[in-house]
Amino acid sequence: MAKTFRFQWEEAQGCHVLLYPEGMVKLNTAAGEILKRCDGERSVAEIIDDLGAQFPGADGLPEDVLTFLNTAYDNQWIRLEAS
Amino acid sequence: MSAEELTGRRDDHSPRPGPLPAGEGGRAREASHGKPLWLLAELTYKCPLQCPYCSNPLDMARYTDELTTEEWVRVFREARALGAVQLGLSGGEALVRKDLEDLIAEAHRLGFYINLLTSGVGMDERRIRAFKEAGLDHIQISFQASSEELNNRIAGNRSFRHKLAMARLIKKYEYPMVLCCVLHRHNTDQIEQIIEMAHRLEADYLELASTQYYGWALHNREALLPTLDQVQRAEAIAHRYQEKLKGKMRVLYVVPDYYEDRPKACMKGWGSIFLTIAPDGTALPCHAAGSLPGLTFPNVREHGIEWIWDESPDFNKFRGLDWMKEPCRTCPERTKDFGGCRCQAYLLTGDAANADPVCSKSPHHLELQRRVQAIAAKPPEQTVPLVFRNMRNSKRIIAGGS
Repeated sequence: MAKTFRFQWEEAQGCHVLLYPEGMVKLNTAAGEILKRCDGERSVAEIIDDLGAQFPGADGLPEDVLTFLNTAYDNQWIRLEAS
Repeated sequence: MSAEELTGRRDDHSPRPGPLPAGEGGRAREASHGKPLWLLAELTYKCPLQCPYCSNPLDMARYTDELTTEEWVRVFREARALGAVQLGLSGGEALVRKDLEDLIAEAHRLGFYINLLTSGVGMDERRIRAFKEAGLDHIQISFQASSEELNNRIAGNRSFRHKLAMARLIKKYEYPMVLCCVLHRHNTDQIEQIIEMAHRLEADYLELASTQYYGWALHNREALLPTLDQVQRAEAIAHRYQEKLKGKMRVLYVVPDYYEDRPKACMKGWGSIFLTIAPDGTALPCHAAGSLPGLTFPNVREHGIEWIWDESPDFNKFRGLDWMKEPCRTCPERTKDFGGCRCQAYLLTGDAANADPVCSKSPHHLELQRRVQAIAAKPPEQTVPLVFRNMRNSKRIIAGGS
């Protein structure tokens, strides 16, 4: 996760949110599950495997995850680290 | 009231575009009666600066009975339980409060994202470090101009060099930093230098906030209103830098609404997501609403936040669409801009339920345009002097002076 964003569960809204200076992004369930796993430890492949194991019925999961991670990267919510 | 997006600043309110593919769409947006997602705590009206565009009330000298630490903590706890997540610590100058570190620590424990909105005066490295340890998330620091001379003249004190030093320390301690500069007739022509300064200081966001005319700014309107030429030039420069600095620094330019023909969706609607608490505990749907006649506004010393937000007559007064008159009542844009700003409607037309006269559909729009043109057309030598924001002037105005 980028340092300028904070990710947390908001009970009152029933969803994960991204918080940044004076602003907030509400995330849907899928986005929340993906960002929850962006911990600086797991690789993209591991994130996809982990989600696949938890949601076995999800079709096209790798593509969806990559699409979302690209968006997250473009918005500077996450950074890439060489492993 | 004077905001259009999820921000809690006192003298402007600009968008922090929060994009969103995967979410329900960007910044928190709720129906007419959502949760008070944004809590703005005006901890004190004391301030070492004297900016003549301050949006604090002109009668701020009356607010001497400030909430205690314990009272603020109760406000934080109750608002958080109702869903508040963004907390703005503002003033006046929040740094004047000696218990600021304790308030931050408590708000952090409650799970708030905490924004400190400050002039930087009253700050030093020890406090910046202590705030970090207490859990402060972000610091927004104001500059009055890009040159020392003008900054200090507008601020009414010699703060420019200290602000530069504080901005560098804010980055040293790895806070996200918003640099904010309120624009008006006297500094608009420096816009390019202001942007360059913010970029050099490694601000993450720069808010170029055109003065909005409430409180002291309205009192000083004749001396502050920029000309249309100035505004158009500034806007072009801001847009050029928005492209140029993409990915490095986000440049937010808040247009001066007197030169617009559609009103801002002020505060995202009355009692929609914003809750302001004044230093004495008065709860307001926005920090300028205290100027509206016929409303008393509840105080947190007498009522819980839940009752204030859900039940109090004042917070319900302009919720939804039923209060609207023509042309708003039948306007297709009424669910988009909510008729603009209630405070501006009152201040410029005498009736808070009227359309904001910034709107070209308002019967008062032409009159506002004529007034704006007359002010802007005055040559510089005829400009009236600025009335600085300080307790002495506030007391004089309360006593009936001008």
